[in-house]
Order: sequence, then structure tokens, then C-alpha cells
Amino acid sequence: MLRFILGRLAVLIPTFIGVSIIAFSFIRLLPGDPVMLMSGERVMSPERHAELMSQLGLDRPMYLQYLDYLGGLVTGDFGSSIVTKRPVLDDFLQLFPATLELSLCAIIVAVCLGIPAGVLAAVKRGSWLDQTVMGAALVGYSMPIFWWGLLLIIFFSGYLGWTPVSGRISLMYFFPQVTGFMLIDSLLSGQAGAFKSAVTYLILPTIVLATIPLAVIARQTRSAMLEVLGEDYVRTARSKGLAPLRVVGIHALRNAMIPVITTIGLQVGVLLAGAILTETIFSWPGIGKWMVDSVFKRDYAVVQGGLMLIAGVIMLVNLIVDLLYGLINPRIRH
Amino acid sequence: MTAIQSKAADPKVAEAKTPPSGLSEFWFYFSRNKGAVIGLVIFLIILFVAIFAPFVAPHSPSIQNRELLLMPPVWEQGGSWGHILGTDAVGRDILSRLIYGARFSLFIGLVVVTLSVISGVLIGLVAGYFRGRIDTFIMRIMDIILAFPSLLLALVLVAVLGPGLLNAMIAISLVNQPHFVRLTRAAVMTERTKDYVVGSKVAGAGTLRLMFLTILPNCLAPLIVQATLAFSAAILDAAALGFLGMGAQPPTPEWGTMLAEAREFIQRAWWVVTFPGLAILITVLAINLMGDGLRDALDPKLKRS
Repeated sequence: MLRFILGRLAVLIPTFIGVSIIAFSFIRLLPGDPVMLMSGERVMSPERHAELMSQLGLDRPMYLQYLDYLGGLVTGDFGSSIVTKRPVLDDFLQLFPATLELSLCAIIVAVCLGIPAGVLAAVKRGSWLDQTVMGAALVGYSMPIFWWGLLLIIFFSGYLGWTPVSGRISLMYFFPQVTGFMLIDSLLSGQAGAFKSAVTYLILPTIVLATIPLAVIARQTRSAMLEVLGEDYVRTARSKGLAPLRVVGIHALRNAMIPVITTIGLQVGVLLAGAILTETIFSWPGIGKWMVDSVFKRDYAVVQGGLMLIAGVIMLVNLIVDLLYGLINPRIRH
Repeated sequence: MTAIQSKAADPKVAEAKTPPSGLSEFWFYFSRNKGAVIGLVIFLIILFVAIFAPFVAPHSPSIQNRELLLMPPVWEQGGSWGHILGTDAVGRDILSRLIYGARFSLFIGLVVVTLSVISGVLIGLVAGYFRGRIDTFIMRIMDIILAFPSLLLALVLVAVLGPGLLNAMIAISLVNQPHFVRLTRAAVMTERTKDYVVGSKVAGAGTLRLMFLTILPNCLAPLIVQATLAFSAAILDAAALGFLGMGAQPPTPEWGTMLAEAREFIQRAWWVVTFPGLAILITVLAINLMGDGLRDALDPKLKRS
């Protein structure tokens, strides 16, 4: 197992370096040089320009600049925002819990609905239930989620007035951030109604973000279950006279879960891409909205650092999924 | 003797002996999937409407009618048959804009799929055929691209290249391409050691001939299915970029861009927001339905079950 973990880590290092090269070169690919970008549109004398260049170390050879950048990354220096001058890492750590909370809720919804739906569809193959579930899954899979979010706002916030349109919690409530998770913090604050408010703010973004993973998980579970249900050991279990629920729930589901877990792991990238759109629609103060805002504010130092951090999160999650996968399926360890 | 000859000449027997052509076999399996046929029909309708947009659309997509701002669709109070799906905030006919928008979406899908298939298949073919260091190198680069959420990478690329439809298409092609590389590589690796490939190698076939004429045609089935999925994904991604203001720029009647423009009227004019998204959903759904049918028809593993 240790060799397996080390092997996985070894593969990660070149990817990390590659990602850092992309993030490093990104700012240098933009028209104009970093000094001009940071100073805005002001007119600058050539002397002042040269002075700033050497101050920032930008007149040195490219590879030295890159090594500096890499050294910074390793020590946790992801640069500072051009606009607010705050370190990118601080902003990221402050905003990331919001995205994480939303993503976790979405993936929980997707798993808790998607797996049973897929299992039911597989067991009742060809029935109206199967057709309805798979039809809905295909619609969900094809859904432009930014439009889906707007529709939900029109109906639930506009027409019914049940849910708020944007933000994480009502402005009535104010309490210190302990964990960064609004659901937990609102409970810890002990304020009446705070938790309920946080939930109502969370519902629509969660539905929107969960839509595509839910559809993908349901489809994947169904096809994995169908494959497993045709296996000899399932037939044996049936012919032994085991209860159908036991055959499906224990014998079949456990083996069908292996590809499904890979699928769930792959949804992390989907979730973060979806978070960009979902957070923009619902003004959810997470890293997706932060990145979009930074692109529009031309705060390229934040975009650069954010790219690196988000890619880091995805690589980390993929590593964890790989390791978990090795844990449930010993065959791939070798 | 004569009896046998006349039997062989009997057209019915001869017909039964020739195997069904590839196309008719394909159609047999494809048409068994009702959803796929429905998807195909819807797709053909959208294609027709897009090609003949100037003849089909009741109005110009860009003419603004200042007297009819935010007019509701025909079945709502205040609607009229002149503008079946109503008008937008500057009085343009929504139906006409949607019809012209179909051109953009299909064009985006076509360009993105062409770009990412050609580059992805070439790179994957090289990686899978030659293996070794070049393979490792290529796969590491693909890992790097896949380490970013696709939409974020596309967004940042467009920020570098400058917002616009062309740059959005380039960015989406780039983030789509690793899927084709991986798929081609995997297919080439399984085909490479098969007898027919070794056979033609022994017979003296050159590297290029082996790669493109011997191996590649046998790897096409999964690639066609993936290309269909990439087509719909490209439409979704381009619309998302348009929605974020980084794709096609107003007043282009691109569906995502139309949605972005309509956002501020969300509370008082639901139709401005609803129809462009519905157009995206129907198009993407039709293509995905076709993709499912293609998979049933082309994937030999599923075919016989």
C-alpha cells in the first residue's frame, strides 16, 4: 500500500510542475507586461518602468523568475492581489469554505438520490420507472445549469417567494466565522432562525450544482448495476434463495459501486466548473465567483494564484479518490 | 446440375447470402433506440432552421422595434402573432434571434469538434503507437490540462486571447482535446498488438500506413460517440462563456449571450430568459439522445446483449 501511495505521489509531481508553468506563463502571455498591468493605464516614464521591473525581479532570466515563483508556491506564497494587495492565499482560504459547503451539499444530494435512482432503474429495467429515471437523467445531463438556476429563481424566489435570490444568509444575522461553513456556524451562534435562514439560502444553489452530477451518477449506477446483475455470483445468490433485497443491496451493489466511486471522484472537476456558474447566478461568495470577478477586474495576480490553488485542490481530491479506490479494489494496487 | 445453377441465380437466395452493408446494419441498431431517432429528427429540424434562417425567421434578428419593448409571447395577454415568442428589451423578435442563434451553436459545435478531434486523434495516435517516452510526455501534458476545471481554463484562456466567439471556440477545443487523446491512445494500444496489424507490418506496411489506414479505422467507434458528446458539451460551454460575458459579444444572437443580456429582466419578463435556455436544452438533449443511439449501434460490447 505504501508503494502504491508513493507511486501516486510521484506521478503528481510532474503534473504540479506543469500546472505551475501554465499559471506562471499565463500572466506573461497577456498583452502588455506585468508592470503595465499592475500600474493600470497610467503613463509611465521608461526609467520608472525599468526601476519597477528590476524591483519586481522581472528583468532577470525567465527560468530564475520561474524558480522564484515555484519557491514561493512551496512556501505558500501565491502572490498578492493587484487591486486589494491582499495575499491570494488569504482570500482563497476565506472564500473556499463557501464553495466547499455548497459542493459538499451538492454531492451529498447527488449521491443520495442518484445511487438509489440508478439501482431502481436497473432492477426494474425496461419499466416505466426505468424510462422515467433515465429520461430525467438525460435531461439533467443536458441542462445548461446557468439557465436552470435562473428558472428556479423565477419560480421559487419570484413567483412563490419561498427562497432568497442571492447570498449565503440573511443580513439580519451576524456571527463570527468559526468553521466557515454557514450551516455549522449558524448553529454554533445559537441565534434563533439563523440555521433556517442559512438552509433557505443554500437550497437553490445546491439543486443547481447537484443536477449534472446527479444525472451522471444515476446513469453510471444503472449501467454498473446491469452489468453486475448479469454475473454468475448474483445468479448463485438468487438461486440460494436469498431475499431479493439482500442480493441487490449486498451482493450486487457492493461490486457495482467500484466504477460509481470513480465517477463520483471525477465529479469534483465538474463541481468546481459548475461552481463558477452557480456562484455567479446566486452571488454566492465562493472561489468560483471570485475567479470570474478577478478575470473581469483584470486582477491577473489573483487569477494566476487562483488557478494554481484550484488545480491543487483538484489534484489533491483526485489523489484521495485514487487511494480510496486502491483501498476498496486491491487489484489495482499492483 | 442445372437445378443447382438456377438456384444460385435465384435473386432471393443471393440477397440473403450477402451480409448487410455497414450502413444498413448501423441503421438497424440505431433505429431500435426510439430516443435516438427522435433526437436525430429534432437535430435535423434545428439544422434545417439554422441553414435556412433568413427564409424561416419572421423578422431580422437585429432590427429593434422601439414600440414593442418586452412584448410577451402570443399566448400571454398583450402578445401578438407578429412576434410569436415576444420581443426582448430593445424590441427585437426573440424567435428570429433564436433561429439565427441556432447557426452559432451548431457552428461552434462543428468547429470545436473538428479542431479537438483532429488534434486529439493525431496526438493520441502518436502516443498509443510509439509508446515509451513520447507517450509519457503527452499523457503528462494531458493530465495537466485535466487538472483544471474545463470551464475555468476556457475562461482564463479567453481572458488571455480576448473575449469573442473565435477565441471561445479555440479555448473550448483545447480543453476538450485530452478526452480524444486518451480515448484514441487506449483504442490504439489494444489494436496495435492484434494479428491483423502484425500481419500487415510483416507484409511491409510503413509506419504511417499502419497508423492511419490499418489501425485508425478500427478505433473509430468510441471516437464517434465521444465526438457526439463533445459536440453537445461544446454548445453548453460556449453558451456558458457567452453567459459569463466572455464568449460571443452582444448584439450577436448567440443563446448564452442572449441569456446574459436577459438576466436583468428576470423578474418582469420571464420569456426573455426562458426561451434561449430552452433552445440550448433542446439542442443539447437531441444531440445527447443521438449519442446514446450511436453508442448502442457502434459499441460491439453492448450490441449483442
